[in-house]
Order: sequence, then C-alpha cells, then structure tokens
Amino acid sequence: MARDRDDSERVIAAVGEALAADAPLAICGRGSKAFLAGDSGGAMLAIGDHSGVIDYRHDELVMTARAGTPLVELRRLLSAQQQTMAFDPPTFAGDGSLGGAVAAGLSGPGRPWYGALRDAVLGVTIVNGLGERLRFGGSVMKNVAGYDVSRLMVGALGTLGVLLDVSVKVLPLPRAEATCVFELDREAALARVVEWARTPLPLSATCHVDGRLRVRLSGTEKGIRAAAAQIGGEQLPHAAKFWDSLRDQTHRYFDGARPLRVALPSASAFPDVPGEWLTEWGGAQRWLKTEVPAAEVDAAARRLGGRATAFGGRSNGYQPLDEGALKYYRRLKHAFDPHAILNRGRLFAEIGREERARTA
Amino acid sequence: MSIDPATLKRLQTILPPNCLVTDPRAKKPFETDGLTAVKQMPGVVVLPETVEQVRAILRVCREQRVPVVTRGAGTGLSGGARPQADGVLLGLSKLSRILEIDPDNRIARVEPGVRNLAISDAVAQYGLYYAPDPSSQIACSIGGNVAENSGGVHCLKYGLTVHNVLGLTVQTLEGDELVLGGATLDSPGYDLLALMNGSEGMLGVVTEVTVRLLPVPATKRLVLVAFASLEAAANAVGRIIASGIVPAGLEMMDARAIAAAEAFVGAGYPTDAAAILLCELDGTHDEVDDQCGQVQRLMKSLRATDVRVSSSDAERDRMWLGRKAAFPAVGRLAPDYYCMDGTIPRARLGEVLRAIEKLSGEFELAVANVFHAGDGNLHPLILYDANAPGQLDRAEKMGGRILDLCVAVGGTITGEHGVGVEKLDSMCGQFSAAELEQFHRLKAAFDPAGLMNPGKAIPTLARCAEIGGMHVHRGVVAFPELERF
Repeated sequence: MARDRDDSERVIAAVGEALAADAPLAICGRGSKAFLAGDSGGAMLAIGDHSGVIDYRHDELVMTARAGTPLVELRRLLSAQQQTMAFDPPTFAGDGSLGGAVAAGLSGPGRPWYGALRDAVLGVTIVNGLGERLRFGGSVMKNVAGYDVSRLMVGALGTLGVLLDVSVKVLPLPRAEATCVFELDREAALARVVEWARTPLPLSATCHVDGRLRVRLSGTEKGIRAAAAQIGGEQLPHAAKFWDSLRDQTHRYFDGARPLRVALPSASAFPDVPGEWLTEWGGAQRWLKTEVPAAEVDAAARRLGGRATAFGGRSNGYQPLDEGALKYYRRLKHAFDPHAILNRGRLFAEIGREERARTA
Repeated sequence: MSIDPATLKRLQTILPPNCLVTDPRAKKPFETDGLTAVKQMPGVVVLPETVEQVRAILRVCREQRVPVVTRGAGTGLSGGARPQADGVLLGLSKLSRILEIDPDNRIARVEPGVRNLAISDAVAQYGLYYAPDPSSQIACSIGGNVAENSGGVHCLKYGLTVHNVLGLTVQTLEGDELVLGGATLDSPGYDLLALMNGSEGMLGVVTEVTVRLLPVPATKRLVLVAFASLEAAANAVGRIIASGIVPAGLEMMDARAIAAAEAFVGAGYPTDAAAILLCELDGTHDEVDDQCGQVQRLMKSLRATDVRVSSSDAERDRMWLGRKAAFPAVGRLAPDYYCMDGTIPRARLGEVLRAIEKLSGEFELAVANVFHAGDGNLHPLILYDANAPGQLDRAEKMGGRILDLCVAVGGTITGEHGVGVEKLDSMCGQFSAAELEQFHRLKAAFDPAGLMNPGKAIPTLARCAEIGGMHVHRGVVAFPELERF
C-alpha cells in the first residue's frame, strides 16, 4: 500500500514561502501527465508523498484519499471490495495520482454512461494561492451548500489551488461484462452505436478502430447474456485488457505521434479531414492522426458543433480558448491565486502572465 | 422603499407593458417562493419574452446599480428567489420554449422557463426522458433546477441536475454571454458549467439549457420492505448498497409518515411498521429480475417484517403514491411544517434519526421523517402551528440544531434545496471564515458590483460573527458525543 503520510503542513508552508518570495511553484503529483500540461516553470512542489486513504467505507460508496495516492493502489483497494472508480481515469505509463487525475480531469472509456471524473468528485481540500487550507463539498452524495468549488478544481491543472485530498463517489463493479466485436467501417459502426444508445441496453463503452467496432455491456449475468444475444457479434476474450489499453493509450493506434482529440456531438458525421480515426464514447470522443494542422481540424469540427484540441505532444498543445470565457477565467484565477503562485502560465498561458502584470 | 423612478422609466422603454408588473396586487404572487414564511414585495417585476430583453434588463440594472433577483417557477424551498424591495425581480417564466430535440444525440435544448416534466413529456415519443425529478417537477422550471442543482428521488443512480446538464448559455451582469459546454462532452478550461449549477442566481442568468436525455428503462419494479425498527431499516439501506446494487431510488419513511400517508391516500403501506423502505430497480427485464431476487433475499435475511414486489406498472405507481403524497399527507397532521434538507453519511442514519427524536422531545415538536435514504438526504418535517405563539421560532431553532447535527457527523446543511436566505446562519457552522471569503471572491469574479441576488447563499463574516455563539457555545461544540471526521 501507499505510505500513509500527511504532508499537508509542508505543502502549506511551501505555498506560504513561495508567496513571500514571489516565486511560482510547479505542482507535481507522480509526473505521469507532464506531457499534457506544458511547461509552467517555477520550483517543483512535489505532492507525491502526501498519500494514503483517509476514509473508505464500501457501503457509503465514497472514498477520500490524499492527492498523492497512486491510482493503481486505489484501484486495488476498491476492487478488493468489488468496487471501482467508474470514471476510470487514465494511468499513462501505468502511473498517476488521484490529485493528478482530478487536476487533468480525464475520464476513461465508460465516460458517457458512468459519468466523467468531475461527476464523481464530491469534495476537495485545497491550499489556495494565499496559502490557506480550504475544504469544499464533502463526502456525501448530495451537497448544495456553497458554490461547487470541488468540481471547479477538475481540469484546472492546479492553477486554482494545490489539491490536498479528494472525496470521490465510487460504484460497485458490474457483476458481469461482455464485449461484442463487429467488422464494420467507421460510418456504419457509428450509425449502429447511435441507434443502440437510444435504447435501454446496458452499454458501458464503445470503440471503433482498425475496421472493428467493440461494444462493452455491463450489468447482471442474466442481463448481459440477454443483451449480448440481442446485439450479436463475436465475443472478445480478455476484453478488460483492450479497454485498459484504450484508456491508457497503450493500444497500438496511439503509437507514434499523438493524435488530436476531437470532441463532437455523438451522432455527428466525421469532419472531412484525411487521417486515421479512432472513435469512442459512443461517438462523442474521436481521435485523429493526421498531417492537417490542428487549427484546420478544429475549424472543421466546429462546423459540426465540436472542437479539436491537441493532447500534449505538439508544441504547447493546441487548446483554443473561448474568448467570452477568458475574462472570467482570469478573474477566477485571481480570486483563488491573486499572485499567480500556482502553476503560473499553465492551462491558458495568458492568465498567469497578465495577472502577474496587473498585480505587480 | 421601492424601485427608483429612473430605473422604472428605463425598463418601460425596453419592455412592452405586458412584461412589466408594477401594480401591488399583481406583484403579490411574486413576494415569496416555496419558503412561504419569507415574504418581501419586489420593487418591480419584469417578465421578459426574449433573451435580448433579459440582456437589456441586466444592462439597466448594472447602469442604475439596482439589485436583480432571478426567479424561475417560484417553487424553491430556501427563499433563494426572495425579492428586494428596491430591486428588480426577473421572472423567466415566459422564456418557455423547447428549442430543439435531438434524439440521435440524446439532447434537448430548452429555454430556462420550460417545466422539468415538460421536457420528459416532449421527448417521450422517442423513448427518452430527462432524469432528475424533484418532487415539484410538475411545476418547477429547468432554469430554477440549474440554479439550485436540484435532485429528486433518482439521484443515487442518475445524479443531480449538474450531472444531466450538458450546456448552458449564461448572461452576466456585465453584459457578457457565456456559452458553456453544449452537445459535446468535457471541454477544456475551467468547468464553469459545473460552477453555474447550484449557484443560486448569484453569478449569472441562465437563458438556455442543453440537457442530456436517457432511454426510458425497459422495466421498473418497486420493492417495499417493512421493518420493526428504524435502525433495522437504516442498516438495510447500507446493506443493499454494499451488496453491489445501485437502486434507481431508495426511499425511507418513518411510522408517523407512514400513518399520515395511509390516512391520506391509502397506498396499502403496513401501518404497524416502524419504518419502510421503497427500493426501485430499473433496467432491462433480465437485469431487474436478477436484482429483485437479490434484494428480496437480502431483506429477508435482515429480518424485514414484510417484503412486497410490484407485479405491474399500475401496482408500482400505487405503491409510490404514498411516498409521493407524503409531504401533503404530513401537512394534514399540523397547520404547518418546516422541511429540512440535511445530508449525512448513510452509516450514521440510525444515530442521527435517534438524535432527531431526542430534539423532538426537547423542543416539544413532532417530527415526521420522509427521505432519500439511498443518498443520505434527510427531510425531517418539523410539525408546528404558526399561529401558536413561539412555535415557528422553536421550529426554526430545532431545524438549526438538526443541521448542526448533520454537519457534526460529516454531512451538509443542504442536499438539494439550497441555502437561499433560509440556511445562511447554518453556513457559518459548515464553513470557516477563509472558505466563506473564498466564496465571496468567487462571486465577485462574476458580479463585482454585487447586484445579483444580493445577500443570498453565502453569509457575510459579520453575520457569522454575530451568531457565532449558536455553533460553538462558550467553546463547547454542538453534539460532543458524536465522533467527527
């Protein structure tokens, strides 16, 4: 098991010192997603040692753990109780911490059916840019006291606060699963998936790549037998390995240059861009390997109501900013971290620099 | 106090007469929301018919520095829509069009005034529905649901409003239109979409909502389980969850609520039970078959005194009837009741219910318990008579003590009804001064002038200092006998 160690006093002190010295900090969990976030400069604030499970009761469906706790250990702990983090965060290169997962806000293949990581976050303890330890949300399923700061931390890449601990909703592991495989081209596969998603089938993941559609069904034994018989196809043995390889991007499709992430309305046609596609999330998340510049793919995706972004790899990533929201992003950054101490320049480069200019 | 004439004049130039309510008799229905103990006549009521009008109204409020309170259908239970005497009450009931239904993408785009249930009605022809179902769903609007992050009976499996809203268009007081999320999943950047849910009209005005639709389950079945003690029922709740089943709904009623519901609608509940559980299972026929068998076996092993399973849709609806009519049924037991909304970790259900019983004796006010047991969301109904001197005051004090208790066991003061004006004092017990300050700074990021729904949701530090004694009385924490975490 992970070391059970409360390192929060050191983290709070580090933020206080950085604040006094006006020296920014780069927060680091286990470093598995460094390729995603771009460079933020500053002295490294490691939280990997702040680890351990604070509270977990399987009959509550809630687990609270320190931010540095490795995801693989949490998975092990949960599966011993027949439970799981259903948002299934990626463990790139087999690693990653709970805090890093929350900061990046990424979810696995079951996302459209089980919900995103942000959906499962119930509460957080953070250290804001003023060095204050703050607790928001809680460890109960329903909580509308105060603004939803917990979910605001998801995907914020540590720019609003250093995560100390996180409470997440967990779910029972399904009693039975089956993955059915169909030989189909990508358009036919999408049409099939869209049709099934409109019906009350126990779907829990879909993926089309290399001319094959894989559909995962999760539920009770009798329910899965009946559903598998209904949709047909060949059953895929050792299917968990396939879905893990999709989640962690170790599937051979992800070899070489990192593909663009194309978010689209799930039933949308494919943007007219040459390249090699992988379609998951019932059509809502598609990956594209292409020579076409990201901005052009994005323009094509936008015409269909979607977006294309770089997923690390390319220089600084292509993360087009929503102009209307930028003003409020800046102000939120200022509200939590007025001196831009935390992960300065990360997420949207403009924020750190401009805030700094303004407050200098 | 009333609205200043210059503001009124400007509103008259941007709105047709039928969108402006100034006559005191016509304004009367807007003086309160579902928390009827709180009343305030608004300065003026505006009922825009277009988003352009909403933007124009906000511009007037900004330039005149007049407070604006947004109101949906007025069914809120925490006074979140209490008007300002010198302010504008912005009613969105006329923005009630369903703009688009897209069955292939399983989404609907609607205006904020669309009623919750009207969405499910409109998409039923495609075999789809909108999952969150607050008990006011026949009347409450989707815009209000977003403001309160409303829940309902099926949250444990299907989530709250925040889990079922994919996109919002929000107008800020500063005149910006924010388009958040949409038909795609998980946009990069700060999750302003999540932030807007449950923000109680403090950050912006929602003018469009994209909701996620789900396929209607093939089968739903209800298991009714009776127990001879509250503890046994509370324990059974945890055991169902621990057994790997996530029921669509898992509700609990105590003896007083059962008796009231029986007398009111005659749903056939066992009136000799100390508590009943209503466990709804949904899914495909085979799945529900599996799960029903599992729940029945488990309940029998936990010495339930009665286990019944609905055998038809009609029977299921009949069995739900008593739960759905529980609030009005309890309303017949006393002239008034005060509905609480604390949420606690499920494992603490038994002891919290016992502590509430004790408080009931101490304050000499009866309590009926009807609640969402599956997600630990309690709705103790404190019975009182507003005309009897001192009873309202006692009910409110007792309510405050129940909320302190919820916080003490690791829960929260509100699971789904919001803070509004009602629970401002209890917020002081749940959050530290630094946390409240962070909330205020967050609010100022969207509304630096502080004109949107002023004074709601987050108490000022001065207020908390004044009532500080309520929570830490001479250094003694409330409920010292309870373990804290």
